[in-house]
Amino acid sequence: MNILTVNDLSKVFQLHILNNKKLEALKNINFSMAEGEIIGLTGKSGSGKSSLMKCIYRTYLASSGEIIYESAKGSINLVAATDHEMIELRKNEITYCSQFLSVIPRVPAVDVVCENLFRSQNDKNTSREKAKEMLEQLGLPNELWDAYPVTFSGGEQQRINVARAIIAAPRLLLIDEPTASLDPKTKDVVINMLLELKKEGTSIVCISHDEYTLEKLVDRRLHLHLGAIA
Amino acid sequence: MKRTDENWLLKVSNLTKIYGEPDENTIANTGPEVNSNICPNTGSIVACANINFELYPGEVLGIVGESGSGKSTVVKLLYFDMEKSYGEALFSAHQAGEINILDESNQMKRKIRNHLMGMVYQNPRDGLNFRFSSGGNIAEKLIMGGNFNVASIRNRATDLLEKTEVPVLRLDDRPSSFSGGMQQRVQISKAIANNPPLLFLDEVTTGLDVSVQARVLDLIRELQQDLGIAMIVVSHDLSVIRMLTDRTLVMKNGRIVERGLTDQILQDPQHAYAQLLVSSLL
Repeated sequence: MNILTVNDLSKVFQLHILNNKKLEALKNINFSMAEGEIIGLTGKSGSGKSSLMKCIYRTYLASSGEIIYESAKGSINLVAATDHEMIELRKNEITYCSQFLSVIPRVPAVDVVCENLFRSQNDKNTSREKAKEMLEQLGLPNELWDAYPVTFSGGEQQRINVARAIIAAPRLLLIDEPTASLDPKTKDVVINMLLELKKEGTSIVCISHDEYTLEKLVDRRLHLHLGAIA
Repeated sequence: MKRTDENWLLKVSNLTKIYGEPDENTIANTGPEVNSNICPNTGSIVACANINFELYPGEVLGIVGESGSGKSTVVKLLYFDMEKSYGEALFSAHQAGEINILDESNQMKRKIRNHLMGMVYQNPRDGLNFRFSSGGNIAEKLIMGGNFNVASIRNRATDLLEKTEVPVLRLDDRPSSFSGGMQQRVQISKAIANNPPLLFLDEVTTGLDVSVQARVLDLIRELQQDLGIAMIVVSHDLSVIRMLTDRTLVMKNGRIVERGLTDQILQDPQHAYAQLLVSSLL
């Protein structure tokens, strides 16, 4: 079964404040993705990788085309879904993990990681235990668990970011550069966690520039060039 | 909670507030297209017009816009602080959502707002009575909500102050002796005293310094997560909107010019004004 089918997707930014300047970010994107597959999105900066991912998550409104997502409750076109349908899907099925951590100030690292679990599980302590387990695996120093991530280093923030994205095992994970600022050992831990997730049935779209990560992680690659699949 | 077409909490249609004597063209002659909310023929002022939206249980909706865009007017109309000119608001917590709450009698409006709604104003003086103690302010709301047992009122007030991290020792002090952030937290305690399903927050962190602001935001998020209260958050501060809300309405000259998921509004705004607003963010 295909969890995702993208047909003739395009995205044009129309910038009113710059005299209606138009920027074509994506054109004629067509691909489909089997359930449980890991697709690597590659291409130079500015080639449209993040735009494609954000169109799927609906942070960007696609200009034309469709994105058919096979949800647990039937298929839905993410381009035309209502805001509330998207909110439901984001809560229960689709998780987006950006390149940089952006969190509410003054929330401890453990609680940041737990956020998606708090929503589905009422027991905060069980959720926290699971979060600590993950941070342990990712090698985040113990004394940082109850600290605020704003002041963390790039690599530490990235680990928090990855942990919070995968803790609730989404059906579809959109993940942007998960291993970019990690040392080789932690990189392997993250790759293994994502492969573990795949075993449990998660489908993953992953942006990466890192040949090692792509080699070990993805089933196939989509290479973008100037907004089109090359 | 599942959101379907049927289980909305609040359904607002065609909500309009005009000051002065409008004629039949007033609404057509004002709005973002002409960049004015003053009718050129009659001089009447359109504070907001044709506002439509739905809010679901536990949902947090943001309203952004510059001063004068009508964002505060919308919540003040819904909280009965102002009288609407036209429009309808159905509230599922009142009469199964079959009656326009804006047309109810004043007595019924008071009952709805005391039992089923809470409001936190930008200025704590609008929401608190500075002649009463902080406990007295909370008690006032509880009594209006039909609780007349002194012991249970005191217990509830203590609980609320604990939840909002106001030192309980200051239960009997007047809010005038409190810091701005603490006054705001007492105001929030009062607003949620009767466990309302709906809370309005009008520029609640404006004017607070950043550390206090973060604490108030924390509190609001916690209340939302733990109690599942639906909220309408009015703010000109986009970071407040980003942190608290799932969905956002952008207002200009009294109209909604764009609506969408909050991250979409902030990263891919469509309307010219929304683009201007987002690109002005520091």
